[in-house]
Amino acid sequence: MALLEEESHRDALQAAWLEYQKARKRFETVYREHAKERPALFENLSGNTVEPLYGPDEKRSDPTYYLAKIGFPGEYPYTRGVHESMYRGRLWTMRMFAGFGTAEDTNRRFRYLIEQGEGGLSTAFDMPTLMGYDSDDPHSVGEVGREGVAVDSLEDMEQLFDGIDLDQVSTSMTINGPAAIVWAMYLALAEKRGIAWEKLRGTTQNDILKEYIAQKEWIFPPEPSMKLVTDTIEFASQHVPQWNPVSISGYHIREAGSTAVQELAFTLADGFAYVEAALRRGLDVDAFAPRLSFFFNSHLDFFEEIAKLRAARRIWATRMRDRYGAKDPRSWKLRTHVQTAGCSLTAQQPEVNIIRTTTEALAAVLGGCQSLHTNSMDEVLSLPTEKAVRIALRTQQVLAYETGVTHTVDPLAGSYYVEALTDRMEEQAKAYFDKIEEQGGVLACIENGFFQREIADAAYRYQREIEQGERIIVGVNAFTEGNEESIERLKIDPSVERRQIERVKAVRQKRDGWAVQKALEEVQRAARASENLMPALIAAVRVYATEGEIVEALKQVYGTYQERAVI
Amino acid sequence: MERRPIRILIGKVGLDGHDRGAKVLARGLRDAGMEVIYSGLWQTPESLVRMALQEDVDVIGISILSGAHMTIFPRVHDELVRRHAEEILVIGGGIIPPEDAQALIQDKHAAAIFAPGESIETIAGWIREHVPGQRQALKDGA
Amino acid sequence: MNQIDAQHLLSRARAGEVRALARAISIVENREEGRAQLLWAAQQAYGTAFRIGLTGAPGSGKSSLSDALIEVLRNEGRRVAVLAVDPSSPFTGGALLGDRVRMSRHAEDDGVFIRSMSSRGALGGLSRAAWETLLLFDAASFDVVLVETVGVGQSELEVRDVCDLPSCQPRSGDIVQMMKAGIMEIADLFVINKADLPGADRMMAAVRELIQISSTNHGVRPNLLKSIAVQGEGISILWKTLWERYQMMQTDQTLQQKRKQQWAAHVRKAAEEELLRRFQEFLERNKQLLRWTEARDEERSSFDTTIQTLVDAFIHSSTP
Repeated sequence: MALLEEESHRDALQAAWLEYQKARKRFETVYREHAKERPALFENLSGNTVEPLYGPDEKRSDPTYYLAKIGFPGEYPYTRGVHESMYRGRLWTMRMFAGFGTAEDTNRRFRYLIEQGEGGLSTAFDMPTLMGYDSDDPHSVGEVGREGVAVDSLEDMEQLFDGIDLDQVSTSMTINGPAAIVWAMYLALAEKRGIAWEKLRGTTQNDILKEYIAQKEWIFPPEPSMKLVTDTIEFASQHVPQWNPVSISGYHIREAGSTAVQELAFTLADGFAYVEAALRRGLDVDAFAPRLSFFFNSHLDFFEEIAKLRAARRIWATRMRDRYGAKDPRSWKLRTHVQTAGCSLTAQQPEVNIIRTTTEALAAVLGGCQSLHTNSMDEVLSLPTEKAVRIALRTQQVLAYETGVTHTVDPLAGSYYVEALTDRMEEQAKAYFDKIEEQGGVLACIENGFFQREIADAAYRYQREIEQGERIIVGVNAFTEGNEESIERLKIDPSVERRQIERVKAVRQKRDGWAVQKALEEVQRAARASENLMPALIAAVRVYATEGEIVEALKQVYGTYQERAVI
Repeated sequence: MERRPIRILIGKVGLDGHDRGAKVLARGLRDAGMEVIYSGLWQTPESLVRMALQEDVDVIGISILSGAHMTIFPRVHDELVRRHAEEILVIGGGIIPPEDAQALIQDKHAAAIFAPGESIETIAGWIREHVPGQRQALKDGA
Repeated sequence: MNQIDAQHLLSRARAGEVRALARAISIVENREEGRAQLLWAAQQAYGTAFRIGLTGAPGSGKSSLSDALIEVLRNEGRRVAVLAVDPSSPFTGGALLGDRVRMSRHAEDDGVFIRSMSSRGALGGLSRAAWETLLLFDAASFDVVLVETVGVGQSELEVRDVCDLPSCQPRSGDIVQMMKAGIMEIADLFVINKADLPGADRMMAAVRELIQISSTNHGVRPNLLKSIAVQGEGISILWKTLWERYQMMQTDQTLQQKRKQQWAAHVRKAAEEELLRRFQEFLERNKQLLRWTEARDEERSSFDTTIQTLVDAFIHSSTP
């Protein structure tokens, strides 16, 4: 009897699907014959065609599909989010990037942001620091303290976090090539203040692969650079358990002009490359994988960005479990910071950038990010002013407290469009993984210029679409205004460079030169012996060896690197 | 008989590695029929000018997003003067506020500064318009 | 520009004035006024630089190899010029020249001169201007000249026409291409760069086998070497091998012979181009001939007779 019932139920279902398909065909015919369409490019930013209408299909309506591919929040494969209650439990961290001038200037900005209710500190360093040069190096002329804070030695780190309790904040440091050295300074500072490393929370970006792929801020050749990253992963897993040693970043890949699909694929490929390097080092996957975190971009194509984050979580979980044998669910969870797309902002009518940033931030929230940075409207013109930063932070607060989008978990799940998009992005990312593997892996693809060429092609395509008017950018190729009033801009005090140079010179004067010499020799010895460099680095910064000196010592062992031109 | 395409050196000076704009422009100018030489990252004003001389370019285009433009453009200009090549046109782009752009042009440290979002067509048009005069000036001077 | 101006420009180039040499190259490349005088002046000084050709597919690491070779040569105090040739776009005539990026550490060295050149539509990948530029490098008294071309296609065939010692850097997967393109007969030396990559040993073996079955060049088999250019490994040996072969060619007169042949080939090619240019000018002047051609009935007139008539008309017009 039960069997019969089941059968008739199945028949009824079958009939309903047939009915639906007929209706759908009818609609499509009507649409083709009668519907009017604007002469616009119905393509998302990855160049994929978007259908006029998405609807239910048999595959996705099957509960087994739901269980395998979507699941529940906080459960494998985490398509719907890494926590059970998501923003009902805890809002995302509103993390704003800050850093300019000297350490004192940034320290003041940090304290201001803490007063404004910000949950985490995010540090931007100046170009010389990012490239491993001291402020008094000839390469640094004109760039000290401009794009971020200058950190030459432990003394600057002490100033930077003056009056801030290191065990009370979560600190993110956006630095890559010399990340191990700057992290060593942070650890040495904690040690000096008697704070146990176990209590430190934060993230070093430390994602060197995307530097070769997109941002171009590397110091050493790819292989020793990978070794340094692996050193930090190993050291964190043993001594600084709450630290995220690498923030695997798609943000810069996107800013360099990639599509959303490329951002997704290349970032995850980088992530897997770090996992494989750590496994080769002999680490247990569950000892380090839970501390790997991500950093994605959120661009203007609203649904595509949401789908990207959902697909990223699913791919990461699946591969970590099935390919790398991770058993701890924390290793399966892709936790991510998101920043709205700087490259989507325009110099024309800069106030309009507030609106762009708002939709991008909403996409990040609906995509389930763990922390979020919203760009200031004036970032395409200069470093942001305090007012512009405040508006950007308020944008997040409005989304969090006024819009109600936080009331339920993953509200867009089950949207025919979003689920179809999520699946398609996953497929396209996997096709890229295959291509990368065929060419010998991520390092080989960096060396042969594969990533760089893919990105340059996409960037050029995007530019042409704008120039030919196929893609409308408000204020740039449509709705332009002739005479634009200028907005207020932040000016960097030109004396910053001089003061910082004096400071690093003074440090060199008063420290124990002999101890520094010994420490640098030890760094070189450890590098030649392929030991984990962290202990030697911490010892060196402790005696006030400067970043530039340590980098120079390492260059003598590792050499430097110039990429092949991919234009 | 004479067939002389416009030659331009697209350069990245200083530590900033953001090369998206430089590369997009390089491609765009190639497609506009120019011979584009790309310098690669991290040039100094001295190395950039030396490249420009070796390549005998009509124009140097510098992309700067690090805020160091007020240091870099004058240094490139000084180097050009030192090497008696100040008739090479220097143009710039990147994150350069309008008042800085104005100052650079006024002080003759740059012939033109293009704002973010400026189309390649505009830039190519500007170059096509200004190179013939510059070449004539060079001939007259020689 | 008269002969004296040309000589003056070249002597400034010889004195190391970067701009003088650069202008001279442009004049030759663009066929500007003064080209003939410059080339004649350059010819007087012809024949001192060792010209090495470097070919290989994009990504094989030519520029890295050049970069590493420059380093070794500079340590020996030799002055080096590099000519990096890249194809131009067949549609717009524009070109993207990025080879010098990998050599940028030599950007501030007075003893190194790097020039990028677009093929400007030259079928073989190397334009006449490339050969003529080598004459100028000679005249500017460089010790070694490196000529980089893209490879696979037809350009390697021409590298032989401008260089004393063409070399090739095969990339994995190129073997069949190389055989098709006739590379084995052209290159005097093969370098397996990126020798640390997996598969490099297999490449070595495959190329070695090809060398053994291919015919010898003046009785000397091509050399096979490996390098890791980015780390500077294998470069000293590469240079030593190149130099030894060069000296051998000088001793047994093959160098002089080769340069004579190149000279003759160049003259012939230039003459062909000149002839073509004059023919085009002739047609331009005699538009009625083109109209006559168009008027001929496709179905009744012979293809060959039509061609013959056109060519004869040209020949008669140029022999008064």
